[in-house]
Amino acid sequence: MAGAMTAIPQAEVKKRANIEVLRTLEQEKEVVFDTQNLNLWYGEKHALRDINLDIHEEEVTAIIGPSGCGKSTYLKTLNRMVELVPSVRTTGVIQYKGKSIFDKSLRVEELRTQVGMVFQKPNPFPKSIYENIAYGPKIHGIRNKMILDEIVEKSLRGAYIWDEVKDRLHDNAYGLSGGQQQRLCIARCLAIEPDVILMDEPTSALDPKSTLKVEELIRELKKDYAIVIVTHNMQQASRISDRTAFFLDGEVVEYDRTDVIFNEPTDQRTEDYINGRFG
Amino acid sequence: MKYVDAVQVQKRMNFRLIVNTIAKIIFFLSTVFGLVVLGILIYRVFSDGIGWINMDFLTGKLSTDPEKAGILGAILGTLWLMVVVAPVTMFFGVGTAIYLELYAKKGKLRSFIQTNIANLAGVPSIVYGILGMTVFVRALDMGNIVLAGGLTMSLLILPITIVASQEAIRAVPNHLGEASYGLGATKWQTIKNIILPAALPGILTGAILSLSRAIGETAPLVVIGIPALLIPFPGSIFDKFTVLPMQIYYWTLDSSLVEEYAYLASATIIILLLVLLLLNTTAIIIRNKFQKRY
Repeated sequence: MAGAMTAIPQAEVKKRANIEVLRTLEQEKEVVFDTQNLNLWYGEKHALRDINLDIHEEEVTAIIGPSGCGKSTYLKTLNRMVELVPSVRTTGVIQYKGKSIFDKSLRVEELRTQVGMVFQKPNPFPKSIYENIAYGPKIHGIRNKMILDEIVEKSLRGAYIWDEVKDRLHDNAYGLSGGQQQRLCIARCLAIEPDVILMDEPTSALDPKSTLKVEELIRELKKDYAIVIVTHNMQQASRISDRTAFFLDGEVVEYDRTDVIFNEPTDQRTEDYINGRFG
Repeated sequence: MKYVDAVQVQKRMNFRLIVNTIAKIIFFLSTVFGLVVLGILIYRVFSDGIGWINMDFLTGKLSTDPEKAGILGAILGTLWLMVVVAPVTMFFGVGTAIYLELYAKKGKLRSFIQTNIANLAGVPSIVYGILGMTVFVRALDMGNIVLAGGLTMSLLILPITIVASQEAIRAVPNHLGEASYGLGATKWQTIKNIILPAALPGILTGAILSLSRAIGETAPLVVIGIPALLIPFPGSIFDKFTVLPMQIYYWTLDSSLVEEYAYLASATIIILLLVLLLLNTTAIIIRNKFQKRY
């Protein structure tokens, strides 16, 4: 992977970086998640240390780092899924659109409706394709069959899987291939019309072809959503993300625009990691 | 030199293959053992009892005269008993299982309850009969009616139902629940729409087994004091009743007095088996219907 990086002439890299900087200055996207001094413990284990991170609208933010560095934990904190582990304790602030997500007035179900999640392993419900997509809207009280039909079609189209499944909407979702199941799960997430989509290594269980499809999809989705993606695959991070955060031992080592992280990282550990020297 | 020596492997190969075959034979024999015993039992029962089964026997009232005796009352009693036992057991059994698996915090209290439920499953059924007698028949003054018998029977099979339901709920993959929570569903919505439907086939399998046990159980009803004599057919859960296994029990007991009672008992066993088969088939059809949806 280092080879692919060095294949680009240094001058070209600089030029691109300058263009990026200019673009950034022109239109800094709005912040959706503002994390300040976040600390998290699993029982006695200090899993996240003083995290400070901004997630921007209409951007893909990649979180990279070796196994056990806390990247998934951080992602799950953003929609408070991490609290399903009983021993979890947090300090610090995460503001979602200016409002603390730990505030008692913000109900966790509300937060998760606005901050959708796609998991590492495709996890469709053991129901039909249609029911999988309609589940979200239904639990939020939509009963009208015509509206549901429309949401199902729109979501499946949004995840670019409509053409593959339109003739078998009422078949079991388990009949789909792994890659299709994952795009179905993304469609299911789109059906609740979130503002942010969290993705926890969404392609790690997929073959290369399906992975490319999901990546294409992510590039399309960022026009409308803020996307935070945890990934083990650094090429993937460099291909699809606008910003990259490098996590190590529960800390953010470096967080910057993706081209900066991959071309001119300031921290030695970041450079070692992206060049495959550890992790 | 190789560690896996071809000559040694060759030498031991015959022995390994013999052990392999012996293992297969042992397991086959243990299956055959059960089948043979069951076969003998069914043969005896059928050869004794099949001649006594006719419309009069199926639709008649109890009688001390073997030629006139019928068991419709006991069939109805068994069915009425199930009307009480099935919903009560399912509700409290599945309810307890949901609480323990999905709500209760892991800790000392939970494992204390858990251990005791497992222990209760081993308590002799006659003890439940004494409990039912004390609580339902006497303290609540119900008398020996279907409701009292049914509640007693429910208590008896509740531990089995709880444990089986817990297993079924635990077998539902975590990622399904997470997917539902991730869409903003509440805990109850997740349980109702995702976890319970996925666990239902397992829950029903447990329920089928425990209800079968309730249908065949006799001792608790003996303690409660089910009359063996002529009573009107039960028409509701508030009527006095008798059940098929009770009838088998009394007829077998009295066969030393009247020889034909032994044949009547055999005939009743056949009917009991048929009722069991009918109820189990119904339950299995329901279960398969739910399994098909996935």
